[in-house]
Amino acid sequence: MHIMEGFLPAAHCAGWAAASAPFVVYGGWRLTRIVREHPEAKLLIAASGAYCFVLSALKIPSVTGSCSHPTGTGLGAVLFGPGVMTILGSIVLLFQALLLAHGGLTTLGANIFSMAIVGPWVAWGLFRLVRTLGGSLAVGVFLAAAFGNLATYVTTSMQLAIAFPDPVGGFTGSLVKFGTIFAFTQVPLAIIEGLLTVVAVNMLSTWGRDDLRGFSVFAGGAR
Amino acid sequence: MAGRNAVLLLAAAAVAALPMIFTLSDGPEFAGADDQAKTLIRQIRPDYEPWFSSVWEPPSVEVQSLLFALQAALGAGFLGYYFGLRRARAEVRRGEGSAPASRSHAAH
Repeated sequence: MHIMEGFLPAAHCAGWAAASAPFVVYGGWRLTRIVREHPEAKLLIAASGAYCFVLSALKIPSVTGSCSHPTGTGLGAVLFGPGVMTILGSIVLLFQALLLAHGGLTTLGANIFSMAIVGPWVAWGLFRLVRTLGGSLAVGVFLAAAFGNLATYVTTSMQLAIAFPDPVGGFTGSLVKFGTIFAFTQVPLAIIEGLLTVVAVNMLSTWGRDDLRGFSVFAGGAR
Repeated sequence: MAGRNAVLLLAAAAVAALPMIFTLSDGPEFAGADDQAKTLIRQIRPDYEPWFSSVWEPPSVEVQSLLFALQAALGAGFLGYYFGLRRARAEVRRGEGSAPASRSHAAH
């Protein structure tokens, strides 16, 4: 779930767009470089985008009594690094803003920041950390995808709390309220995204190793 | 691997199904989280007016669900294509591996 069209003051829209811009440029640069150096990975990069497409179309009920959807950015971030997912995630957000009236063009910068920047970077960082500490591939992938998902919606809550501080509780009060709607609702969805992403990586470890020869996701020998 | 994946998929389905049996809220509506956020924004800032509206909106909930289904179908279709292709390639290679050595140069 993303910030709705027109529901962020113009100055905030501009601010988040400016904050996202360098990451989008970096992502474009990474993507071009990867495609040039590892043309064999092209199909899997597209498949990572497809995974993001599927997962962000699935509206799943949560224990809070509302519905939200996963992000699907963790898989590509773990495989190809966060920059690539900034581009693929932005495409998904643009598609949903234009055709589904979900998210929006004015809020695109803010939504890119949460779903296509913070989510993938947290996922990638956490995966690297778990693997460096000797955690298994499955644990690393699960935590990366789950917390990447959660971080996305914590960011959304923060963005809304900054724009709409509570008249009584201020930023913190507002963060708690938006966090209840977005972040708390996401907990079961984050678990689902973690589990699905482990399945995807399991399948890739059997069928997709050739496409990942230039990348370090399976490095460390563990399956 | 297939068995392990089946368990993981079942677990994911169970987590998705659980809220329909048990929720933390009374009379859950399972409305979208962004609609709830809209309501909350109106509570915090009753004077806030959205300053831009969607360039195009699906004319009905039905059409919107069509587009969401299309989005999922496109994604899932491509994933199926990818894994089908890779699986077939792996099997062709395995076949070549056991075939006479004369064809092995084609593998790389």
